[in-house]
Amino acid sequence: MPRHFDEELKGLHKEILKMGVMTQEEIFKSIDSLQNRDQSQAQAVISSDERIDELELAIDEKCIDLIARYQPMAGDLRFIATAMKINADLERIADLAVDISQRVLEIIDKPILKPLIDIPKLSEVAQKMVKDSIDAFVNRNVELARSVVRSDSQADSLRNKVSDELINDYMARDAKTVDRAVPLLLIARYLERICDHATNIAEDVIYMVEAKVVKHHPEELD
Amino acid sequence: MAKIITKNLNLWYGEFQALKSVNASFREKAITAIIGPSGCGKSTLLRVFNRMNDFIEGFRITGEVVIEGKNIIDPTADLIDLRKKVGMVFQRPNPFPLSVYENIIFGLKIHSLVEGKNNYDEIVEQSLSSVLLWDDLKDKLNKSALSLSLEQKQRLCIARLIAVKPEVLLMDEPCSSLDPQATVRIEELMRELKNKYTIIIVTHNMQQAARVSDETGFMLLGELIEFLKTDIIFTAPRDKRTEDYITGRYG
Repeated sequence: MPRHFDEELKGLHKEILKMGVMTQEEIFKSIDSLQNRDQSQAQAVISSDERIDELELAIDEKCIDLIARYQPMAGDLRFIATAMKINADLERIADLAVDISQRVLEIIDKPILKPLIDIPKLSEVAQKMVKDSIDAFVNRNVELARSVVRSDSQADSLRNKVSDELINDYMARDAKTVDRAVPLLLIARYLERICDHATNIAEDVIYMVEAKVVKHHPEELD
Repeated sequence: MAKIITKNLNLWYGEFQALKSVNASFREKAITAIIGPSGCGKSTLLRVFNRMNDFIEGFRITGEVVIEGKNIIDPTADLIDLRKKVGMVFQRPNPFPLSVYENIIFGLKIHSLVEGKNNYDEIVEQSLSSVLLWDDLKDKLNKSALSLSLEQKQRLCIARLIAVKPEVLLMDEPCSSLDPQATVRIEELMRELKNKYTIIIVTHNMQQAARVSDETGFMLLGELIEFLKTDIIFTAPRDKRTEDYITGRYG
């Protein structure tokens, strides 16, 4: 039986997808501003955050409205609950893109500390994890979601590598590098946090589709 | 612990099979909801528990319904004892056209459970108190029960059952004729009552089943499709037919 509610859920689905696309764009631009030392790109990320915040609020409002009007159950309820959580994760990811851009603006006028190797790698992992987690949501693809959860350790080790290098090879040896190394250290931290949010999204997708809680229960992943 | 267990329960009205091999276990001092579309057999199942289907034309039943070790559908089972133990609350409150007081002691009189006005007085007070009607009605005990509000009538019908000290309360859409506020108050009463009684409720109102019950069974075309803890059945049912029904896709 066709339900009007399905149209509403489709609308919500579209909005989350829009939020996902906008967020991915912000991560891309923030990384790009770092690699190309592009001030205007960094500033663009900071100024578009307001749009994402507004969309976050609109999606939240939509979810609450659907719960109040339709009192959803079972798969419908899991979908809306997941949409609310993914919405919050995406907004946090966009905030982290802003944080990256702000750090970029701090170092943009200073001499290059070192050629970037692992940060671009980490940013690729982060962008792929975010993209895959959103694709997993859109296509209800739990296998893709599981692969996102599994790739989080890769992000952790890349971030540790960046930190070790910046601390041991630069800051410990030459205190004058601190003002350029710390922003890079923070950027690595932000990218790793983005991967954590992508992992949250993927875990929520598994719950939405299979009603299985894998968050804090890695044994449930297989 | 299980209060009622059904084993391979089949029931027919003539050629029509209304219950198909129902196996279920209803927990003691808990609220179990039975949900399902009209004609799925949920009221029939409820009525099996105090044998109210027996006189319907073409009625035939096989299997077992065990309450406290006894198969209550056995033809030799003591019906009077069963109906004392297992009381029923109906969709529309059905007080007798008698006073509030006489309604409460009606069951006591016919079962000759208690003799003497003093004892009756005590039971009337206890029964009305347990459904939170005593304060409202203590000065109106001789008033006709028909003059009460719908909610008060439904509470009175529950009090009338409680007076004969039952163990199981069957409720067939007990709130469907009540407004939302009265519904919430009856649901609160059900939560109170489950500390003492085993409650089984049949309802079309899924939100009510979700709010009030501990376990829920979903029935379709005479079959018990799923029987799970309520928090699971409404968030993650295992059977697609349950999912389709509770999300409104069925039909």
